[in-house]
Amino acid sequence: MMIRAFLTFLVLLAAPAQAQVDIRQVTSPGGITAWLVQDDTIPFVALDIRFQGGTSLDAPGKRGATYLMTGLLEEGAGDLDSREFATRVETLAARFGFDASVDSVSITAQMLTQNRDEAAELLRLALQEPSFEQDDLDRVRGQVLAIIDRNANDPSEIAGTEFYAQAFGDHPYGSPQEGTSESVTALTRQDLIDAHRAVFARDRMYVGAAGDISPEELGVLLDELLGDLPETGAPMPEDAPYELEGGITVIDYPTPQSTALFGHRGIAFDDPEFFPAFVLNQIMGGGNFRSRLMQEVRVDRGLTYGISTFLVLFDHGPLMMGQFSSSNELVAEAIDVLRAEWAEVAENGVTEEELEAAQLYMTGSYPLRFDGNSNIASILAGMQADGMPIDYINTRNDRVNAVTLDDVRDMAARLMDPDALHVVVVGQPQGLDGAE
Amino acid sequence: MLRFALAAGLAAMALTGPARAAEVTEFTLENGLQVVVIEDHRTPVVVHMLWYRAGAADEPIGSSGIAHFLEHLMFKATETLENGEFSRTVEANGGSDNAFTSWDYTGYIQRIAADRLGLMMQMEADRMRNLLLTDEDIETERSVILEERAQRTDSSAGALFTEQMRASLYLAHPYRIPIIGWRHEVETLGREDVFEFYQDHYAPDNAILIVAGDVTPDEVRALAEQYYGPLEPSGIEARERPMDPPIIADRRVYYEDPRVSDPYVIRSYLAPERDPGDQRMAAALTLLSNILGGSGQTSLMPRILQVEEERALYTSASYGGTNLDDTVFSIFNVPVPGVTLEEAEADMDRVIAQFLEEGIDPEQFERIKFQWAADQIFMQDDVGQLARSYGAALTSGLTVADVQAWPDIIASITEEEVMDAARLIFEETHSVTGYLTAPEDQ
Repeated sequence: MMIRAFLTFLVLLAAPAQAQVDIRQVTSPGGITAWLVQDDTIPFVALDIRFQGGTSLDAPGKRGATYLMTGLLEEGAGDLDSREFATRVETLAARFGFDASVDSVSITAQMLTQNRDEAAELLRLALQEPSFEQDDLDRVRGQVLAIIDRNANDPSEIAGTEFYAQAFGDHPYGSPQEGTSESVTALTRQDLIDAHRAVFARDRMYVGAAGDISPEELGVLLDELLGDLPETGAPMPEDAPYELEGGITVIDYPTPQSTALFGHRGIAFDDPEFFPAFVLNQIMGGGNFRSRLMQEVRVDRGLTYGISTFLVLFDHGPLMMGQFSSSNELVAEAIDVLRAEWAEVAENGVTEEELEAAQLYMTGSYPLRFDGNSNIASILAGMQADGMPIDYINTRNDRVNAVTLDDVRDMAARLMDPDALHVVVVGQPQGLDGAE
Repeated sequence: MLRFALAAGLAAMALTGPARAAEVTEFTLENGLQVVVIEDHRTPVVVHMLWYRAGAADEPIGSSGIAHFLEHLMFKATETLENGEFSRTVEANGGSDNAFTSWDYTGYIQRIAADRLGLMMQMEADRMRNLLLTDEDIETERSVILEERAQRTDSSAGALFTEQMRASLYLAHPYRIPIIGWRHEVETLGREDVFEFYQDHYAPDNAILIVAGDVTPDEVRALAEQYYGPLEPSGIEARERPMDPPIIADRRVYYEDPRVSDPYVIRSYLAPERDPGDQRMAAALTLLSNILGGSGQTSLMPRILQVEEERALYTSASYGGTNLDDTVFSIFNVPVPGVTLEEAEADMDRVIAQFLEEGIDPEQFERIKFQWAADQIFMQDDVGQLARSYGAALTSGLTVADVQAWPDIIASITEEEVMDAARLIFEETHSVTGYLTAPEDQ
């Protein structure tokens, strides 16, 4: 299978739902915990198994090992070569996904009830007994090298790589998780075996399940699928010091439209003041037409097709970021508007009307999130990985509604710093000096 | 070691138990508005969609981009709603909204708590007929659209190449124009162009309402009659578009762009689409594209060129049968570094020739069909996607009965029918072959 290109940052998806969702904590006979929403309406089960650490667990000098290793999991396992493995999966019409990101490796599965045990056994093989045959390694390595080349020609990727390199330096967050052509070319089979051993362990594992399976059946399946994993893996990455100062970096790239990525320090999910920041981001650039930046930059001035901000909840170095694209002749004006709004909100906060609209949207949309087995399984795994209590769903809307105008003003003053805002522009912008 | 006894052979399994189809109901209001209800009572959510049988292929010649331009402007003021109030109201009720334009349709969608359905209908019915459109809105939004074009098309070598390929593939049919419009034509679009398109196409008898989620058909009927029922029909007639002449020549497209990192070759053929009551050829072509490229490991082109010979990074086939007029069948090959595009093209030819000679692997054929059957189960997990597939089909001339018959038709297609479809495409149809490359001095 082709490795897909992954997002280089994690966007906060406003967390999970309301009382209609009945989450049950299941502990297997072997002691593995999972959260389950049981629903037999459609005869399949969705699983989401998340291992924290992700590509940031790459050993020094082995950048790209976790990413390549994850891409090889479905390329042959046990006695099955890559084609035999794919044939079995197709014969069962199971759907497996293996995704690496900076803070986790995530394995997803959708398995028909009628052949669930056989599908789970295939998944166990992929997770626990991947072959990493040299032929497959070389083929998938070729695909990864092609992704690296493509990213080097993609303005958004170029912007992200530059921003994170300046922000995080030598920390794994500071370099692309795919690795460089040099580092990936040098990876050996042993490096992949080491990466596999580092990433997959029970002490960092979170499981969400939804669909047609009983708690008892899930318990048995969890032990079969995950019971033989080692108790612990590589130590978690250190926190990443943020090293970037305010300013503009221009990267010359021959294209009619500039891509801009901006940001500065953010706030962690476990910060006591997280909810005011959550609401503030929604108001500032939370991805709909009503947001402050969308209104000022797109609707009123037509300077972009879209502008958004997001709280990047990296486990070891959270950021507040945003992005937009503007024609080379308009991007300077768009950045001026962005900076002005950033300063305005940092100084004066937001309006009562903006706060109310954001709260209405955030609380009203929340129960709509638990829609479909696959979505639910993913949310359940994410909630656990983020350290949320199982009753979070019942308290979350109250916490959103408890945020006051003063809370948002205080948070804006603390979080949003126009002087610290750094903008990376990829393109051939006109009228932008300040290239550093 | 295998812990479970895995089936030794590769024979496909039968799906046990009934693949319970989602409950679908359809009816038509007196003013011609067609209504489809898809029930899913697991979550108290509805998806409310209004689809118009009008898209980029229905635009006047020389004014490409109008359908999409109008889609943007539909979020501006009406006689009763302020500029932007539509989306503000949706958001204030916890919902999300969006819109999309294709060659055959334009659609508007909201996803919201089930008890707000009436409000969505009220606002959607309002903007079907009462849009104001000021010159200032037109000016600002044209700028937004040019930015959208810059972002999605002009910034992407692949998108520009696809645009040129399509314009070469269709000789006269308006599928040759890009949905977002040619830049030089979008720059000239004004209020009169857009307003005329709006008046010509936006009417209840040219629209399809699809409501999916936690509602009953009776509730939808009552609300639809209340909000959409009073709208006057326009007496809109079936669409007639310029048709291509017989295509008697193969054509080639070469596009160079310094931003290309992986050069590739693609060959495209005009192919029959799904027609009402006549979907077998389209079903055979769908299976053909799966046989040639549906799986990165086991389908024919990736298996031979990627896995066995290691001459391709990525190779596949594509076909989309849901179209009002002739659609496209393509095969493409992204070679590994060191293999030229000429060689990559010859590789594709060789695999296709081998396929025409050797025919279909029966085990692969059964496997693909079983996956199709299983997809019907997985698809029920996402009622929004299900609703979208109905909308696309119904605006492409198909009926609800056609959509419901489709899985059974796929299941009944024989190997012989697929081979006939393959011969039709590869032996009897003239093609466009395109090379996307970076300049040589890079």
